[in-house]
Amino acid sequence: MNFQIRKFYYGDIPEEKGGGSNYQTQAESAAWPLWEVFIRSKQGLDHKHVGSLKAADAQMAIENARDVYTRRMEGVSIWVVESKYIHASNPDEAESLYDPANDKVYRHPTFYDLPDEVKHM
Amino acid sequence: MSVHDLENTFQRKIDEEVKIEPKDWMPEAYRKTNLRQISQHAHSEIVGMLPEGNWISRAPSLKRKAILLAKVQDEAGHGLYLYCAAETLGMSREQMIDDLHSGKAKYSSIFNYPTLTWADMGAIGWLVDGAAILNQVMLCRTSYGPYARAMVRICKEESFHQRQGFESLLVLSKGTPEQKAMCQDAINRWWWPSLMMFGPKDSESTNSDQSMKWKIKRKTNDELRQQFVDMCVEQVKLLGMTLPDPHLKWNEARGHYDFGEIDWNEFWNVVKGNGPCNKQRLDARRKAHEEGRWVREAAAAHAEKQKIKAAKDNLAAA
Repeated sequence: MNFQIRKFYYGDIPEEKGGGSNYQTQAESAAWPLWEVFIRSKQGLDHKHVGSLKAADAQMAIENARDVYTRRMEGVSIWVVESKYIHASNPDEAESLYDPANDKVYRHPTFYDLPDEVKHM
Repeated sequence: MSVHDLENTFQRKIDEEVKIEPKDWMPEAYRKTNLRQISQHAHSEIVGMLPEGNWISRAPSLKRKAILLAKVQDEAGHGLYLYCAAETLGMSREQMIDDLHSGKAKYSSIFNYPTLTWADMGAIGWLVDGAAILNQVMLCRTSYGPYARAMVRICKEESFHQRQGFESLLVLSKGTPEQKAMCQDAINRWWWPSLMMFGPKDSESTNSDQSMKWKIKRKTNDELRQQFVDMCVEQVKLLGMTLPDPHLKWNEARGHYDFGEIDWNEFWNVVKGNGPCNKQRLDARRKAHEEGRWVREAAAAHAEKQKIKAAKDNLAAA
């Protein structure tokens, strides 16, 4: 991996080209946790993951989610859960994880060849 | 699997238009490039609120004020979507914000220009947001999943930003001689910095293909810039205004408009921190961050207290 990225796209100015300063920030003593946000876009549909945000607690997470993700009536219900409570499958194990379903084509309706005369099926 | 195999698998996914997700293996340089680009994009949204914030209290009508407020609020939201996407690459929000405040991380140079008149709000919407949209529409198909999803959300909202800007200029262009002059003046000042937003010319960059090969970007700076020029030359006619470039001319052979040379000295100067408002913008960001510290701390303390209280109540109820 010895290539260099020298192309400066919009929003991609390399750091050594910047001016910089000696400004130091105080360490943040009160870092808020990260929350995942799920929104039901209308009654009858599932809640769907839309993104994440920072908030001190669940109530603030819901209020922030309203401001960040539903400014144009995108939702009728909001779920939030602290990101640390989400457990995810490992993409490196995807092959073995989904292997049991891989050879069972008979689980799909198209597996069955029926005469055209059979209606409503 | 060796690193070489992993890289091959990675490139094959990219070639097959499979999105890369946070937990997938990725080359370190891919992670770094995305992290830099997404965080700079996030910073641009946040700093981008400042030039417009200047006019919220001085908007000419309640309608324009409400529109401007909504636009600035969108930009705060866009910054948040992007910070979240950048965080999936392993850098904390606090670190990113520190890097912005120390001047280590960059944001789009366009926001280092001052907003001198009300017409600048229209010119920013039309030209600056117009240029940003071309870039962002392309980025909706970028290879890193969280970035692409953030872009889709942003593009949906951004369209109103450009339209309100053009409409606002349209009103001025039909107004008094003073309003017309103000409209033309704003276009004159924002035109060249908007062209600079697409970054240096393709010929200025060596070893340029990696971002394209990884499908982080799908169009070159010059392609996007040309697209922008072609669009604006037609649109400005509807305003009855002109673009401040004597070299603008339809080129039949290329099927595009030719345009004059950009002042790259100015571009690099502003990037390096010597633009008209670099210091003012960073000072405003730092001040907001410092003055908001007690709010962040109070909210965290309140959340902690509520948690203890809830635990006690539960115990009492049991």
